[in-house]
Amino acid sequence: MNPGLPITAARAALARCHACHLLSRMKPLPPGNHAHCPRCGAALHLRKPDSLARAWALTLAAYILYIPANTLPIMTVVSMGHGEPDTILSGVRALIAGGLWPLALLVFFASVVVPVLKLFALTYLLISVWRKSRWRPRDRTVLYRVTEAVGRWSMIDVFMISILVALVKLGAIATIEPGAGAMAFAAVVVITMFAAMSFDPRLIWDALENPDER
Amino acid sequence: MNDPNLATLSASAADALVACHDCDLLYRKRPLREGEKARCARCGALLYTRKPNSIERTLTLALAALILFALANIYPLLDFQFQGRAQQSSVLSGVRELYAQGMWTLAMVVFVASILAPLLKLLALLYVLLPLHFGRRPWRMAQVFRWIETLHPWAMTEVYLLGVLVAFVKLSDIATIVPGVALYSFAALIVVMAATDAALEPEAIWERLEPCR
Repeated sequence: MNPGLPITAARAALARCHACHLLSRMKPLPPGNHAHCPRCGAALHLRKPDSLARAWALTLAAYILYIPANTLPIMTVVSMGHGEPDTILSGVRALIAGGLWPLALLVFFASVVVPVLKLFALTYLLISVWRKSRWRPRDRTVLYRVTEAVGRWSMIDVFMISILVALVKLGAIATIEPGAGAMAFAAVVVITMFAAMSFDPRLIWDALENPDER
Repeated sequence: MNDPNLATLSASAADALVACHDCDLLYRKRPLREGEKARCARCGALLYTRKPNSIERTLTLALAALILFALANIYPLLDFQFQGRAQQSSVLSGVRELYAQGMWTLAMVVFVASILAPLLKLLALLYVLLPLHFGRRPWRMAQVFRWIETLHPWAMTEVYLLGVLVAFVKLSDIATIVPGVALYSFAALIVVMAATDAALEPEAIWERLEPCR
């Protein structure tokens, strides 16, 4: 493996283009001006702009939306004029009751475990960066990568609802209506994806850069 | 740690350097053999790779993916039969039904994740790669190629397929569900799309932009 130069790009005043990955020398600019990548034209920053503020705001919004996502029904099965609302957890319970264990596990993991762990992971990463923690930066980077990669899988339930709603249209016998919980749940997934995107993992490593500690 | 000589890092020398996207450590770029990967020694992130015939292979796979994408959206996904009544569902009908029931934000999320983002990603790839294959540079290539990375997390074809399978199993004990052509096309599509992503070497494309600097 290629040993790294003992310096980060930011310390060498080099900004890595977030789109085409070219390194460019950052020169002091008058306020209000933005540097652009000479190769692809994307805006240049040493770190993602307002990374912590944006990620915090989005994570908090996701926590708040997580409550209606789990308490409101994600869909209602209306049969013979009688409606039976389904929440995320009752959907998992129904799968277990029907003996569909593998499917119940899949939905439980994607709809319950992943969103909760994602919110906790983001909160932990944000607190650790804010406290300038130097503890296990490599493991925290891996945690970030997993958090970023796994979030989209929570959309399984939302897609399932879109299929059920289109299929089960039997008039008075049975129809399936989407519920407000599904909207809140989709919002949690999308907002945590944006939160993970605005978090800059290089901030984890910047805490190690403190010169007075050398 | 030694203090490196910053004066040696002139603007042109920056071309020969790469920075890790997860921990920002600098590396001197070294030529790789085909199929090799360079990883960051500090945090383990992938720095750069070299893939054989990246443009041609990605182009072929993206064309195949586009055909499968068309099949997956034209044909019905599932056929629902209950007491002599039948209802077909396609990807678009799911979106339409959510919209009709007043859930237009949900309809939009499903539309973007299952149709729009994967389609735009494939079209952007073809727009960039097809002219490059014939030795031409497409108009506004940099902007279009930038979208591909932006669109990537929002194209959720594989997650969508799992959602369909869950719906399929849930309904199959109360009604007769017949999988349609689109379901098989979807299964093939996620394999081909994963292969497309794996064949693409973005660095090789970006380097094509160099002469115009």
